[in-house]
Parts: sequence; C-alpha cells; structure tokens
Amino acid sequence: MKTYDKLIFELSRPGRKGYELPADNYMTDGLSAIPSGLLRETPAELPEVSELDVVRHYTNLSNKNFGVDTGFYPLGSCTMKYNPKINEEVAAMSEFSSLHPLQDVKSAQGALELYWNLQNMLANISGLAEFTLNPYAGAHGELTGLMVMRQYHLSRGDEKRTKVIVPNSAHGTNPASAMVAGLEVVEVKSKPNGSIDVEDLRPLLDDSIAGIMMTNPNTLGMFETEILEIAKLVHEAGGLLYYDGANLNPLLGMVRPGDMGFDIMHINLHKTFSTPHGGGGPGSGPVGVAPHLVDFLPNPHVKKAADGTFYVENVDDSLGSVSTFFGNFGVMMKAYAYILSLGKENIKNVGPIATLNANYIKESLKDDYLLPISGVCKHEFVFDGLKDKSTGVTTLNVAKRLLDYGFHAPTIYFPLLFHESMMIEPTETESKETLDDFIAVMHKVAQEARETPEEVLNAPLTTIVRKLDETTAAKNPILNYKALKDSEK
Amino acid sequence: MPNKYIPHTEEDIREMLDRIGVQSLRDLYSDVPQEVVFEGEYSIPSAMSEIELRRHFKELGEKNKALTVFAGGGAYDHYSPSTVAHLLARSEFYTAYTPYQPEISQGTLQYIFEYQSMISELTGMEATNASMYDGATAAAEVMFMMVASSKKKNRVLLSSTLSERVINVVRTYAKFHGVKVSLIVEKDGVTDLDMLAKELEDDDVAGVILPTPNKYGIVEDFTGVADTIHSAKGYFAVFADPSALAVLRTPSEWGADVACGDGQTLGMPLAFGGPYLGFISCNKGMLRKMPGRVVGATKDADGKRGFVLTLQAREQHIRREKATSNICSNQSLMALYATIYLSLLGKEGLKEVNVLSADGAHYLFNRLISTGKFQPAFEKPFLKEFVVKTDLDIDKINARLLEKGIMGGLSLGNGLVEFAVTEKRTKEEIDNLVELMLED
Amino acid sequence: MSKILDDLRYAESHEWVKLEGDIATVGITDYAQHALGNIVYVDMPEVGDEVEQGEDFGAVESVKAASDLISPVSGEVVEINEALEDEPELVNQDAFGNWIMKVRVSDPSEIEKLLDAAAYAKICEE
Repeated sequence: MKTYDKLIFELSRPGRKGYELPADNYMTDGLSAIPSGLLRETPAELPEVSELDVVRHYTNLSNKNFGVDTGFYPLGSCTMKYNPKINEEVAAMSEFSSLHPLQDVKSAQGALELYWNLQNMLANISGLAEFTLNPYAGAHGELTGLMVMRQYHLSRGDEKRTKVIVPNSAHGTNPASAMVAGLEVVEVKSKPNGSIDVEDLRPLLDDSIAGIMMTNPNTLGMFETEILEIAKLVHEAGGLLYYDGANLNPLLGMVRPGDMGFDIMHINLHKTFSTPHGGGGPGSGPVGVAPHLVDFLPNPHVKKAADGTFYVENVDDSLGSVSTFFGNFGVMMKAYAYILSLGKENIKNVGPIATLNANYIKESLKDDYLLPISGVCKHEFVFDGLKDKSTGVTTLNVAKRLLDYGFHAPTIYFPLLFHESMMIEPTETESKETLDDFIAVMHKVAQEARETPEEVLNAPLTTIVRKLDETTAAKNPILNYKALKDSEK
Repeated sequence: MPNKYIPHTEEDIREMLDRIGVQSLRDLYSDVPQEVVFEGEYSIPSAMSEIELRRHFKELGEKNKALTVFAGGGAYDHYSPSTVAHLLARSEFYTAYTPYQPEISQGTLQYIFEYQSMISELTGMEATNASMYDGATAAAEVMFMMVASSKKKNRVLLSSTLSERVINVVRTYAKFHGVKVSLIVEKDGVTDLDMLAKELEDDDVAGVILPTPNKYGIVEDFTGVADTIHSAKGYFAVFADPSALAVLRTPSEWGADVACGDGQTLGMPLAFGGPYLGFISCNKGMLRKMPGRVVGATKDADGKRGFVLTLQAREQHIRREKATSNICSNQSLMALYATIYLSLLGKEGLKEVNVLSADGAHYLFNRLISTGKFQPAFEKPFLKEFVVKTDLDIDKINARLLEKGIMGGLSLGNGLVEFAVTEKRTKEEIDNLVELMLED
Repeated sequence: MSKILDDLRYAESHEWVKLEGDIATVGITDYAQHALGNIVYVDMPEVGDEVEQGEDFGAVESVKAASDLISPVSGEVVEINEALEDEPELVNQDAFGNWIMKVRVSDPSEIEKLLDAAAYAKICEE
C-alpha cells in the first residue's frame, strides 16, 4: 500500500460517478429563472470517480499518515494525548448533529445544557467565573481573550492602554494575536530558565499597559515561581493577566489559573481535554474570565433561566461576535464526554502523571542529550540537541531518525532560546513501557550519531517519501492539481 | 490509580519516581508556591462508565428535536453520502497533528492539496489555503489581506447584503485591529452599486467584499464591478457559497482578486453551528498575504512526488507580531470532509445538488405565491434560498410548525420570511409545509 | 567567513548601500544571505514608493525564516531589481552584485550615520 501515489484527479474518468440523488419531480426549472450571465461559464473540473475509487483512495492515503493511534507522539507543547473512542461516538449522535444553529431554543435544550455544563466545568477547573465556548481554536481564543482585555479598558474610558507584555520565550502565536487585536507587543526578557525576569518587568509597567500574556509552566516546561509577585505588579499597574492555556495539562488537579491571579485565559480542548487534533483542526479554544469581565465575552452567551431552561442572549457590553454561531460544537461534545469519563476522581491525576512522564524521560536521557535547565520540569522539557556536539548530527537529524524507528519527532527548534531545541511532551496517557521504548531508541540514535553518523544524517531512510525539497516548493509554489500537471509535462 | 486513560500502576509510579530521585508525585510540584496549590475537589460529577455516559448523552439528546429544515441563514441541510463519515472515522487522519513531519504525514498533506485543488476549481482562483475556522472569520482575514496588500489604505467596504453574522464578525475584528469598515446599503435586495462607486471615489478603500448568493438568497449581478473597484486601486473579494459555485458565475469570472466563504454547504452536518470550515482562494498576486497553511507539491531526495507545507515564512510561528494573521490551525478534518464529499459528488453531482435544491426552492416559492397570502419580497433571481412577504403571524406559524417537527422559514421582521430548500426536501414535505402554514 | 566590501556603507540590520550622485543602491549583505539560507522570495517595494531611513521597505524569505528589509536611506524608489522576482536565489549567489532597490535620496548626509566596512565587520564578528 505504501507505494500508492495517485491523486484523486488521476482516477477520474468522464461519466463515472460516486453518488445517487433522488429523482427530480418538481416540474420546475429553477436554474432557468436565473439569467445566463449569472451562471458559471466553464464547469468546475471536479473528479469523476466511483464510490469504491473514493474509499480505496482515502484509505490508502490514511495509511501514509502517523497519528496518536499509530504510535507515540511526544510533540512538545501540543499535548498529543490519547483520543478516546467513545467521545467520537457520542459526538456523532444524530440528536445533536442534525440541530440547526438557528432552530428555536425550545427544541435544542439538550445542546444548550451541554454547552452550559461544559462552560461551568471549565470555569470550576480553572478557578474563573465564566467561559465562552465560541472561539474555534487556541489562537482564536487568544485573540478573543485579548479583545476582552481591550474591551475592559475601553469600557472604563481608559483608551491609552494599547500595549501588551509578552515574554520573548512565548509561542509565536502570542505576539501575532496581540497584533491582530490591535495591541502593541512589548517584550519582557526571560531568565536563563525561561522564567520572566521580574526586574525587567517592573519598569515596563506603566499606564499604557493593557496586560501581560503568559504561559505557566512556561515554554521550557518550568513553573513560574514568582507568579504571585508578577500578578501583584501587573494588577497594581492597572493591567490584566492573560493565561495561555497551551500548557494547562500539568496543572490539572494541582493548580487553578484563577488562583494564580489570572483574569483571562483560553483552553485548547484539543490538548488538555483529549479532543483529536484532526491533522490540524477543528480545535476549540474556550475563553474564561474573572467575574468583572463576564459581560465582555463574545456573543452569543448561553444562559440558564430561573425555571431551569436554557436560552441564548446577546449581551450589550460584549466585545462583539467572533464566530458565525456557537463555535465548534461537535468538538465541545467530545471534551464534555472526556471530563465526565474521568470524573473528579481521575481528572486530578492528569497533571501529576503527565509531569511524572516528562521528568522520567528527562532524567533517563540527560546523559546523551544536553539538558540546559536542570530541576523538576512540568509536562514537558527541552534538550539542546545531543550532548556530544562533535558528531555533526543536529536536532533535525535526530528528529528524522526517530521517524525510521516508528516514533513521531518532538517539537524541534522551538523555543528559540536554544539553537538545537528539542521539546518533548509525553502526556499522561502513555505507559511506562512506551516511554522505555522511546528512551531506548533515543539512546540508540545518540549511539549511532557517535558510531555511524551517516545513517542519522541521511534519515529518514524507511519512510514512504524521503527528505522533500522545500526550497523549490516555496520558490515556485505548485498549489493545485492543474499547476502540478503543467509542471510534470 | 490506573484508569482506562491513565495506565500507571502504583509500581510504575514508584519506579519512575526513583529514577527521577523524588519521593512522591507531590514533590514534582515542590516549586509551586503553596498558596496556589489547589487542595479542594473539583465540582464535577464522579467518573462515568461508558454505559452511564451513553445514558447521559441519550437523555440530553432527548431534550433536542430533530427537525425537517426549511431554513438556511448560513447553515444548510444538505445531504452527505455515508462514505464521507466512514472515511473520516479513520483514526490515522483524525489523531494526527498538523503535518510538520512531511515524511510521515503524506496522507494529510495530499488531501489538503486535493482540497486546495477542488476549491480552486470552484472559485476559479489559482491559490487556496488549507482552510480557516468558518466563513465569517475567513471574511475577516480577507479584510486584513486586502489592507495588507494595498499597503497604505485602511478602509474596507462591505455590502449590507452580506449575512449579518458575517458582518458582525468582520466588524469585531476591524474594531480591535483598527480597520475602518463602511457598509454599502442595499437597494431592492441587492448591493447599491451607485453608492459603491461613490465610496470608491474617496481613494482610501483597500477593498470591497460582496456576496454571492446574498443574505436573501439573491444572485447579484456584478457586471462592471471589478473594473470600478480596480480603477480605484482597490481589491475585489467575493463571499461565496462554494456548493453554489458549481452553477453560479465564479468569483474569478466576476473578476475578483480573492474569494472566501463557508464550506458548510459541502454536505457538512448542521451540528448546531460547527465544526464547519472557512475557505480563502486568491490569485497569485495576493498569495503572500494569504493567511493560514498552504500545501505545495514537490519532490523527495529520490525524485518522487511528495507534498509539504509551504510559504511558511509568512506564518505566525516565524513572523510573530509581523505576521498578517495569528491563525495556526486550520479545520483540517473538515477540509478532508469537503474533499471526500466533492470527490463523490464530482463534476456532475454537485451541479445536480444545486439543480434539485433550486427546483425545490422555486417550487415552494411558486406554491407560496399562488396561495395569495405571500408576495415576492424582491423581483430578483435566486437559487436555493428566497424571501417572501406576508401579513400572516409568522412567529405563530413557526411555533405550530415546530410542534409538527418542522423548522419553518426564518422571520426577518417586517413580515419578511426566508426559506431555504435543499436536495434533502421532497415535494411532499413542501406541500405539507404549505398546508400547515395556512391552517387556522 | 562572509565577504564585506570596503567601498560600501552598512546598516546594523545588514543592508549595504552605495551612493552615486543622489542615487543610492541598496541590497543585503553576504553575512545576511548566509544567515537566512536559501532565499525563496524577496518582497520588494514599488517604484515611486517613499522609503525612510530605519523603516521597513520589504522582506526576504527563506524556507523557514523571514527578515524585514530596513531602508538605510530616505527617498523615492526609482528602480527595483526585477530579476529577483523570478530568481531570488541570485542574492545567495552574489549578495553585493544583486541589489534590491535604487533610491533617489532626499538627504545624502544620512549616509554618514551608517557604518563603514570596518565597523560593520566588527558587528558580524559579535
């Protein structure tokens, strides 16, 4: 199967079909009522294939993919935990999937109750007052949260707060979200362990600061031990604290962002709450806020009436809408099922076991890989490449060699604080045996780098395709089948 | 300790703590200030077994009502062949992350390439990105694209015949980012092109977004519009229903520079509003300002065809605050949904879906008019969605329809009602709807 | 070791400039092209654009990096190197031979604020 290399367009034969529709008995020609100048001139060249062609084609494509169900996926900052199957099943229930977003709320009480329950659970787990589930993804949550931050200041007539402080170690999304939200980014320096330098922060805090964006643990997997001091300083300066929930997993059962002084946060349901990443989405990025910010959350709001029924409301003080309807409802259903499956007894083990797994790998590999920061990490940690720098083997080479051994690579070259970053996050769903296998392979690659570096330098050797020419792809972009066909002529 | 999602035995934990050199799991949090350690218990229910969980979801589901849908308003009840859901359930697709390691992600990369190709066929434009969150956020990103491409201009014109929900989201983005948005008023249900030309005279317009079909279901005539916009050095964007583009004049045929819209019409379940997908297509000239991921074809070290994420230097993880957008993820799995749907329906099937929907819609329209209780709201061509005017109490009628398991037309106020018909509706259902509406 | 030409002036942001009359020719340095790696795209201004010393006038992209181009002079763009539109890799081949834009400078004295070859060499060593 691995040799299959067709595009769906290459299976197409004129006249072949993969569908059947009911007979048209309306005796009306709807299209003829539209002037021909408003109709398409040349047909869209979509494939003409049979149903079996489609089934085989996409089954073969799936075989060219690596997912969490295929193997260990230690991708730092992405929290690639197991995606439970029952979640997929309940989320597909027709009692929910057939609901029109504009149907009378009386006929969608179950969906609204689910939304309301989930927003309350997330609020409780986070130590905040209320959540909106409308944002579609982590980055969208960041943007929405920063809009809440600005709306808060604007509502007080405080228009000069146009800057947001972002650590230079932050995910690239943070400054990009700030830019989209119309905020100017002020960088605060990190200490060598990635923590915010409080002394560097202090002078930045004036009345032009809308707030600060932080992850905790930070992007190096280290807990910000001075968080209470930071919260006090920012609040005293009139700013708000934004928590980037990308690194929330290790805190489950241990720490609530609201208790650390955060006013606004987003959660990636596709990280912490087990919903599948889907090859890049759909995700879901709920945003939670402290009590004084609830009315600024985006519309629509889902509310519970005194009689126990649920309704939808647009709130006047809201920042506006960030989604067409209620966000990725289907994704919320999966996260809700996950929380209920774990229950209050098990969810509190998620953080500690994720942290245990990360520290176990770190301690097992630090002889072969350079650990720039010692001490206990949280859910993830960073190596600065191989310890032995004389072999010529880079982090990229190690990552590619791991593919040959059936593991997904860690996140590489992030964070930018080190040249050869290799960021590893195992999550709590991986067993000790899986970690031991990974550790053994990582040792083996380090040994190969010393003894037979050629193998590592040329990796991957066994994958379906080998190293791909990204330079030509970027220089002369071929972005669709017609262009590809032209280029192969 | 072990749970079906957390496999650690007490013995595992002990051995692992020994390797790390600490006594307890709590010691792994010794750096956390005591004041913020959460000592309480979450107020969430106790763990549910699958049996209990199914029961809970069944109970919630019973509080919803599946309806025969005659409304649109941005979400349409199209049919999706069962093959789509089956293939989407392959976990090699849905448990994968963004394809950062192309050697083991050719499945994802190839279907995105096929998706881009198909959307480009529908819009007629050369480049399509790997998908956005939804149509409204795609339109907001198109606004930024036009502003970034035009360099110094900072005003964007929206037709008020765009869906109100799309306008609301675009306005939210614009308000915070600092882009000026002006609405072009509607005249007889379509964009007032005289006002458009007038607004363009000010020479500060980066671009214009116009819909096809519009919020009333009307197919607007944009003859000459591209020239008017381009001669004012603005960009022309069309917000389109991608399914309808199988039969309607395409953004490219209208002379647009960029197209966007919501992919829900490509068979996606209504799902109470999501997940759907947004799309953006553009011509080569705007490619570098297009947000989101893009897949390109290339060759591997052995000369074999392969696919990679490309043009990444535009993206947030590299450009940080200098990026044109903050988007990281796409709606990848929904892009796969659209790709499989479009493969099955193909060149003829997607047209047939539109013909059936349009015929049903015109049949319902004619039936309503022939009752004498409804009048056309506009004398304009439409495809699958249309608006009529009535003196009847539409809220009362809709409440009655709901009792019978029917979602009637959307009330737009002032006696205007908007209906949508898809290929899933039958003549009998339509006859029944008309009868029920006139009962009293 | 990157090449540095003696008769040019340099910006700390790694652009070079050569002033002939009131026309300044601007490019990026050999050091910069090395640091970026394979260049896949040069985002250039348009003829007629006004540029300002210290302000962005475009960007250079490699596969996984991008760098803003900062103008070392102020004035009006009179020509851009159109060859780079199709062959951005020319900058990798010869960064000093393949200029990016020519500017009619509004204030020739601005050039005095730029580094000479020796001072720029020092920056590259750091």
